[in-house]
Amino acid sequence: MAQKKVIVVGGGLAGLSCAMKLGSLGVSVDIVSLTKVRRSHSVCAQGGINAAFNMKDEGDSPLIHAYETIKGGDFLADQPPIVEMCLSAPRIIRLLDRMGCPFNRTVEGRLDARRFGGSLYHRTVFCGSSTGQQLLYTLDEQVRRWEAAGLVKKHENHDFLRLIRDSSGRAKGVVVMDLFNQSLQVLEADAVIMATGGLGVLFRMSTNSVICTGAANGRLFMQGMEYANGEFIQVHPTTIPGEDKMRLMSESARGEGGRIWVPGDSLKTIQTHDGRVLQCGVTGEPWYFLEELYPAYGNLVPRDICVREIMRICEMGMGVEGGSEVYLDVSHLSQEKLKKIASIIDMYEKFTGQDPRKVPMRIFPAVHYSMGGAWVDFPAQEDPDRWTRFRQMTNIPGLFNIGESDYLYHGANRLGANSLLSCIFAGLVAGSEVPRYLDTIKAERGNAKEALDIEEKEKKELLSRNGPENVFKLYEELSDLLVKNVTVTRSNSGLKETIDQILTLRERFKNIGLADRGPFYNQTYQFARQFGPMLELALVITKGALFRNESRGAHFKAEFPKRDDVNWLKTTIATYSPDGPIISYKPVDTRYVKPVLRDYSKHIKAIPDFEGLPENLVLPI
Amino acid sequence: MTTFILKVFRGMPGKQYWEEFQFKRRFGANVISALMEIQKNPINRLGEATTPVAWESNCLEEVCGSCSMLINGRPRQACTALIEPIIEKTGSEIITVAPFTKFPLVRDLVVDRTVMFENLKKVQAWVEVDSYHEEGYGPLISPEKQEVMYSLATCMTCGCCSEACPQVNDHSPFMGPAPIGQVRLFSIHPTARVKHAERIQVMQTDAGVGSCGNAQNCVKVCPKNVPLTDAIASVGRDTTLQAIHDLFGLPERNP
Repeated sequence: MAQKKVIVVGGGLAGLSCAMKLGSLGVSVDIVSLTKVRRSHSVCAQGGINAAFNMKDEGDSPLIHAYETIKGGDFLADQPPIVEMCLSAPRIIRLLDRMGCPFNRTVEGRLDARRFGGSLYHRTVFCGSSTGQQLLYTLDEQVRRWEAAGLVKKHENHDFLRLIRDSSGRAKGVVVMDLFNQSLQVLEADAVIMATGGLGVLFRMSTNSVICTGAANGRLFMQGMEYANGEFIQVHPTTIPGEDKMRLMSESARGEGGRIWVPGDSLKTIQTHDGRVLQCGVTGEPWYFLEELYPAYGNLVPRDICVREIMRICEMGMGVEGGSEVYLDVSHLSQEKLKKIASIIDMYEKFTGQDPRKVPMRIFPAVHYSMGGAWVDFPAQEDPDRWTRFRQMTNIPGLFNIGESDYLYHGANRLGANSLLSCIFAGLVAGSEVPRYLDTIKAERGNAKEALDIEEKEKKELLSRNGPENVFKLYEELSDLLVKNVTVTRSNSGLKETIDQILTLRERFKNIGLADRGPFYNQTYQFARQFGPMLELALVITKGALFRNESRGAHFKAEFPKRDDVNWLKTTIATYSPDGPIISYKPVDTRYVKPVLRDYSKHIKAIPDFEGLPENLVLPI
Repeated sequence: MTTFILKVFRGMPGKQYWEEFQFKRRFGANVISALMEIQKNPINRLGEATTPVAWESNCLEEVCGSCSMLINGRPRQACTALIEPIIEKTGSEIITVAPFTKFPLVRDLVVDRTVMFENLKKVQAWVEVDSYHEEGYGPLISPEKQEVMYSLATCMTCGCCSEACPQVNDHSPFMGPAPIGQVRLFSIHPTARVKHAERIQVMQTDAGVGSCGNAQNCVKVCPKNVPLTDAIASVGRDTTLQAIHDLFGLPERNP
């Protein structure tokens, strides 16, 4: 291959696995990252990564994993990418094992596994309770190897601003900003891969890292990239409230045997989803409500269900001290189990001053993950046009999108410990699709000058704004609004009102004045530069939610409490227009298994029947 | 008192100064939430309009290593620096915040720690695998070994150890404790150990373990309790053995 160059924007698990793969194939890679890649948000993932090895002889298999993932996502996800991901999962783990990732071990020295939400199997391999950090470091080490060999170049502390395109619309580079001195720079390439993570920061007090604003996808959306299923936002049931953010208390606490409870009340009753009426425990004793409502999955029901039940209990006035917190209790666990979740126990202790080994933790739900993201293609192996299309490519030719910033793998609700898997899988898939794409394109440079001029102009305009509004205060209003109206329970009146208010904020944003106009590490300017595209994504999420008149996975409306496959088994597609996003729909690819209603109350181990699955499936890894 | 004061050492290289900010005391507040307050209301204690303080942060859960700074003179992460326990401990409502001094200053509390990542390149801190194809599992690793590996692998390259180390300074090429921890980590994994002799050769230079003065500040400030002094002792032993081996011209030491 003639020396072709690609740009990877984002250095989390997805970006690094893609860069690693490309480096090993001799492709020259420029990585652009807001932070040192080793500090990316992937470090926050705690509990583990799923792979159906059947390590505990429970009859587990990759197809059961795929089925549970499809079912966990309430059948909204396209099925071919999930099937390939789950079949590839054991290979991915073995690769990470060879690369030295310090997974927890059995006595014999083999990989250990724990249970996670939405599954009845021990399928989650882990490194203590900082698995994301350890996986990221392992990939960072491999990428550093290619960096030392001269194949990878890093542009850290740089923000992606704009995609450069050629005359036929293909992605041919990016305009970036150096955060240290705000200078703009052009990086040209033959393909661009976005791996910029989620957008949790749009919601006030999420579990996400500071940089997870979604601005990069927002900018691309404004340049014509389609955005899919934006309305599906995962709220994590167990986090600890703080003044600056909500800190995640991993599902692994429950995977190792942690139990959720509130003080019981013999005088109250509650209805289960199948119509039974239960007494709300016994006054004066802990009431383990999830275990009673969902006898089979108990504390490990999927996150969307878990959160709604916690909210329901709290709305009945049964939260801790009548508030909106419940207890997550690990105080009964053995020393050996506590050791496996030591890092989250330490974190709880550091931030609250209380020892979870002795007292139950007080936890609260918070926005955690975006199932939606850039629309990307994923032709299945058996599709006749498989080799003329490119997996993980957006509607913009040459622009790929991977990791939390794509929409592919989780449908309406993500299962715990599937995010790390989907990030690495998508990264490796893109790592083999991109070289194939490079072979098909002509050497034509993009219009870098035009892109740079637009950004220079925008910079000047933003710095010259001299109004009374403070962008950080506008952000607080936006993010509070989204938490109030666009998280666990949504109503059409609330969503309509939210759209109006976002539009008002968009007007007020024109009237900001920057408290800092300096040229060095000016975070006020940098944040203001991101806020515009954040507002556009807020509209995408809210409008998608308003239109979707059903309840599916993380999207719940009391006025439409049931899933509606007849009208709503379809993928939401948002396209940019200055007057607000245009919403259209694409069909969901349910070619292997037919949608059924989710049920987590019974002990039926899934026996999936995948119709028409190719027998000679060649895995991408 | 119902308020506290953040006294920030800020500015550009060569032009640093102290500026004070006053806040209401709130349960759960940390240094980060105070800095966020300044962004929304950039007024200093004297009531003058000022620019928001620049600082680096990301995860806010003490796993990313971004928000290192000197808080009351001690290198640590700002996210776990909760205001109330600090006031309780010092008995003072004034908390000083300053950038690290062992790295080039960018602005206010932001320093450039690129050198730490360059050091990881020098010690080849990776496992050299043949390919990224399906090749089966890695070597078996006992739970005891995994535990040691994990404790070393939690190093988040935050730089607290270098900041606290008297041997890391302008006049010394010493890499600091963090990369030595990584040399120890990669001496444990059977595949990585193949490169151990090469890493030890780096450790034999002035930048390596011989420049450690045994002050042991690194372990005292490490937010992740990485066993840095154990690593330094182990790597130190290996450099001595390598030196003896080099002296007598013996064949490569068997990994």
